[in-house]
Amino acid sequence: MSASPVTTTSKRTVSAYPADFQEQYLRAFHFMRLSRVLEEKLGALYRAGGRIVGGVYLGKGQEAFAAAMGVQLRMGKDVYGPLIRDQAGRLAFGEPMTDCLRTYLGAVTGPMKGRDGNIHRGRPRDGYMAMISHLGSLLSVVAGALFARRLKGTLGDSIGATSVGDGATSTGAFHEGMNLAAVEKLPLIVSIANNQYAYSTPNTRQYACDNLVDRAKGYGVHGEHIDATDLAACLTAFRGAAARAKAGKGPQIIVGTLLRLAGHGEHDDASYIPDKKRHTHEARDCIDVAGKFAVAQGWATEADLVTQMEEIRRLVDQTVAKVSKEPVPDPFKESWLALSTSELVEGQNAS
Amino acid sequence: MSGSITYLEAIREAQYDALRNDPAVFLYGQDINTFGGAFKATKNLGKEFPGRVFDSPISEDAMVGLAIGAAIEGARPIVEMQFADFSSIGFNQIVNQAATLYWRTETPCPVTIRLPSGGTAGSGPFHSQSMEAIYAHYPGLVIVTPATVEDAYWMLLDSVALNDPVIYCEHKFLYYHLKSESIGERSLPIGKARIARPGRHATVVTYSAMVHDAIRAAEELQLDGYQIEVVDLRSVKPMDTDTILGSVARTGRLLAVGEAFPWGGVTAEVISRVASEGFHLLDAPPMRLNAKDTPIPYHPNLWKAHRPTVASIAGALRSLLRY
Ligand SMILES: Cc1ncc(C[n+]2csc(CCOP(=O)(O)OP(=O)(O)O)c2C)c(N)n1
Ligand SMILES: [Mg+2]
Repeated sequence: MSASPVTTTSKRTVSAYPADFQEQYLRAFHFMRLSRVLEEKLGALYRAGGRIVGGVYLGKGQEAFAAAMGVQLRMGKDVYGPLIRDQAGRLAFGEPMTDCLRTYLGAVTGPMKGRDGNIHRGRPRDGYMAMISHLGSLLSVVAGALFARRLKGTLGDSIGATSVGDGATSTGAFHEGMNLAAVEKLPLIVSIANNQYAYSTPNTRQYACDNLVDRAKGYGVHGEHIDATDLAACLTAFRGAAARAKAGKGPQIIVGTLLRLAGHGEHDDASYIPDKKRHTHEARDCIDVAGKFAVAQGWATEADLVTQMEEIRRLVDQTVAKVSKEPVPDPFKESWLALSTSELVEGQNAS
Repeated sequence: MSGSITYLEAIREAQYDALRNDPAVFLYGQDINTFGGAFKATKNLGKEFPGRVFDSPISEDAMVGLAIGAAIEGARPIVEMQFADFSSIGFNQIVNQAATLYWRTETPCPVTIRLPSGGTAGSGPFHSQSMEAIYAHYPGLVIVTPATVEDAYWMLLDSVALNDPVIYCEHKFLYYHLKSESIGERSLPIGKARIARPGRHATVVTYSAMVHDAIRAAEELQLDGYQIEVVDLRSVKPMDTDTILGSVARTGRLLAVGEAFPWGGVTAEVISRVASEGFHLLDAPPMRLNAKDTPIPYHPNLWKAHRPTVASIAGALRSLLRY
């Protein structure tokens, strides 16, 4: 079911969406498809072996939810702390595709220089936080960045946004961070992608409340639950959340229900997900849904979508070809400094 | 400055000066604003610097996370743990988030985390711990352990000025017991050890409150004609291996003393460095003295026997000198 407020008059369909909704929708849709193609490429590189060391973690099926949050954010102005399944959100926030590929391939030209890989990447000084693996622990960091800006008087209308999965909501870090953000009344959007599994663990072994959005009340923050396979519903929710955050209403929780359409990582066949779940409403592919909706609204034609897709594929292929040739790290050129104060690094003076 | 100042007051003074000197500094911790902190290390600071001293929820993980996020934005937060022991709840943020930030992203992380550390009688297993070795194990952190009023003050200011995360271990036993006429002039930078007492028959390498017990043990041995050198590490990471080796070169004998648990740790690190880099300097097997390998006891009778004391340090030195 779509949450789209569409009214039908005599002959033509009049959209009741705000003026800039269509533009945002199409932008989000573009990043969803770019993300999907990029991630398919990552999967292919992984299966081919050789170039990608370590795992590949994809956001297939979660693009609408991730992109809808990402398009609310402005790189250089807002603070973003994405997690595992947010490739579409990262692109929408303004992450260049090269950051993703260079990190997966370990290229020294990338932001992580081969020191960290895959989804563990960011540019913190640009407000783009680099997740550590420990789930839930980025929430308080994003909160801290907003806190510092408020203290400096530079917060303005900037907001923060971070995401977690259903599994991460069970961590102490999530609870502490959420509560602290609420106590400090920070302009922070927290998205919870409930894809019904944490690795192989189903919701029934993860939490005991009816719906994760019930937690919002306990934290004293605004919460909404949406169908995360529906881009229009996602956009409506995140636009509202961003507006409320900017208006000083404190943290906003958006819970989206969907299904992960890939394994936990590309090594995982997700055989623990029963077949009948794959035919539920939550298992709809958000990209198909979003494309059909755009055409139905008259925001794009089928032909537009085909042309755009060709362009996306060309762009991804070009970028992969370019990054594949870039240098990988050399242990003899690595500085091996874990401190910025190099004279305090142990062993620097050792023979 | 006239009159006398305690170790605790020096910590308060340093925070006062840090707040006054740099608008990027703020304090975040439990009960630190109006109440002035469980030990009063932030007494009146909330009043003197409105809007810069914050009472936090009891969320050590999120407190450190907030500080890291703020540091990324150019702030220089000081986080007060109510007791060092509770930093275990913030452990993940400290060792995985703060300590890896610079390495992973070349973003400096100027966070100072104050750990009221070490034993006082009656505090029991969960209000007495010394955590320096745990944190020192992780790359990307600086661990300081001031033993004097002067170091308590200057090393805290230096910690705040550093562009890296610092674990500042302040010893609770010294809070009120240790007094000085004044804060004194800045002496050494972080990373340099100090010869707290010169000598030539044996070296005691130690840090924090144990420096004072070691000096008293050395005074006891002086009555028997022994000159014991005491090295105060000041920072356990980085560890000033050169000063340690220089001292052992003069004395030929080494005793490493620490209040922490015995497995691994700072004393083991001192001995391993001397054994591997200065074996030829040693006239006797290096010795170490630590707390017992049990949780820290509550009752004073047990507590005093659990940790190294002046008597046990003196005893260890006698057997070291007999070798
Ligand atoms: C604190 C912590 N424990 C365990 C893990 C290992 N781990 C990585 S992802 C994952 C599942 C996460 O599930 P969820 O939060 O629902 O996110 P999803 O993968 O479904 O997007 C686990 C257990 C981790 N990264 N962090
Ligand atoms: Mg999940």
